[in-house]
Amino acid sequence: MTGEDWHVVWFTAWVSASSTLAILPFGLALAWVLARRNWPGKSLLETFVSLPLVMPPVATGLILLKILGRRGAIGGWFHDQFNLDIIFTWRAVLIALGVMSFPLLVHFARVAFEEVNPRLEQIARTLGAGGWRVFFTITLPLAARGITAGLILAFARALGEFGATIMVAGNIPGKTSTLSLSIFQNVQLGEDSHAFRLLGVSVVLAFAAVWSSQFLMHRKCKTK
Amino acid sequence: MSLLLKNVSLPLAHFTLKVDFEVRSRVTAVFGPSGAGKTSLLDLVAGLRAARSAFIQLDDCVLTDTAKSISVPVHQRGIGYVPQDLALFPHLSVRRNLLYGRKSGGAGDPLFSFEHVTDVLEIQPLVSRGVTELSGGEKQRVALARALLASPRLLLLDEPLASLDSPLKEKIIPYLSRIRDEFRIPTLCVTHDRFEALALADEIVVLVDGRVVQTGPVPEVFTRPANAEVARLVAIETLQPGSVIRMSEGLATVSVNRVTLTALAPAATSHEVLVCIRGEDVILQRDAASASSVRNRLSARVLSLRPQGALVRVELDAGFPLFALVTRSACAELNLREGEPITALIKAPAIHLVPR
Repeated sequence: MTGEDWHVVWFTAWVSASSTLAILPFGLALAWVLARRNWPGKSLLETFVSLPLVMPPVATGLILLKILGRRGAIGGWFHDQFNLDIIFTWRAVLIALGVMSFPLLVHFARVAFEEVNPRLEQIARTLGAGGWRVFFTITLPLAARGITAGLILAFARALGEFGATIMVAGNIPGKTSTLSLSIFQNVQLGEDSHAFRLLGVSVVLAFAAVWSSQFLMHRKCKTK
Repeated sequence: MSLLLKNVSLPLAHFTLKVDFEVRSRVTAVFGPSGAGKTSLLDLVAGLRAARSAFIQLDDCVLTDTAKSISVPVHQRGIGYVPQDLALFPHLSVRRNLLYGRKSGGAGDPLFSFEHVTDVLEIQPLVSRGVTELSGGEKQRVALARALLASPRLLLLDEPLASLDSPLKEKIIPYLSRIRDEFRIPTLCVTHDRFEALALADEIVVLVDGRVVQTGPVPEVFTRPANAEVARLVAIETLQPGSVIRMSEGLATVSVNRVTLTALAPAATSHEVLVCIRGEDVILQRDAASASSVRNRLSARVLSLRPQGALVRVELDAGFPLFALVTRSACAELNLREGEPITALIKAPAIHLVPR
């Protein structure tokens, strides 16, 4: 493993974890609204949120490229206001990973919220707890296992993301290169042994993430 | 306490809950068959459901007034609610469940101390346990204590005994009576069990298909049902105060107006009881019969005969007023006439003793 390889590993782990944490509050808010509220046209929002899960990742990447580019609605505004570029920077990687793993988090968190008996929340309110207190002391702890599962899957999805990332961030060594992009590039260049070393690291990272979360969840159950 | 519900209208799956009543007693039973809208009524009072129209006032505080778009938020109503499934928080210990309502309000001193409530309900030894380790009866007491510790102005109990089996039910009733007598919190208690209502409530609201069909003091409603529907639901023709003289081998000897009766012993020991006998459980017989398994054989006199559909309601003087329901044909065969003597037979299990 070269220094550049370690940089790729570190960057991938960091940007995946950051994107997962960044989507957490929005994902939980949306999941809660979908689980607990009804309104006409709710299914449209549900479909829209699920789109990145079913669309080709490259297509999602293309949409992001258009929106986040200097001439795009969001990218243009950032460029004009802050002289900040998104495309082909780590920010683009972060956004691409977040967008691609968002539906998984929302799906799992929504199921977890739906499994919390609403009667428990209602009774907590009769005991004098306001909406936020009910959410943080009843809903969230009872949905924690499902949400944790959603977070792990979102993180794992981010670790392996390829299509959307390469569209919006390219594969710039030392800048936007992630594990998946590096493996692909090494295979393209015929450096299979290099690719296999990175593959090994991917397996270790994924294994560590899933195993440690399972360990945490078991410990949580025992301390209850 | 006064709880006023006016112009309440709430569409439910099969009918619209429409109620209009006021209760002033300490414990009021909302009585009715399953699916009559009882739980929805409690939800409305607690603010957990929004009615199409409603005016709900507790003492001098308007909780809901749809005409003026007033609806006090659930967490500011100060109404304790023990639902049928108890809704104990499974991820919290018994102690944290009990203290959940304590941390919220903050305003004013709590009505009762933690020690007092846990003492009365005998849950002191349980506080460090997890709620999943509790038995059914223990869970029930913890849920009651949790509601009380939040210092409610009104307590709503939804079928507090429905999920318990018979022996456990009889163990919980004394705790509910203690809550009534010790903490003196106005209570609205949903039930479909006549004896539960008799044991706990002062007043009763009979609800059928979303409509109030009768309200009044419990003994009055039970002995003088307003119509055939209420009669079918609640009627216990004979309700007499009595005193338990002795208990042995699962049987209780009770004195009612100096007449001794044998009944099954209630689980809760109480000297003063309400003796309940349904009219259809009283058998009338002409001759002083030979030996039989019936434990109560009373010499009585027919006071009046009142036809009720296919049946005749026979009022008897057996040393206390006793009512029997017999078919018209039986009445003719026995040649029952006012003023004549007759023997009334009642099996011991047909006499229900409700501790008072």
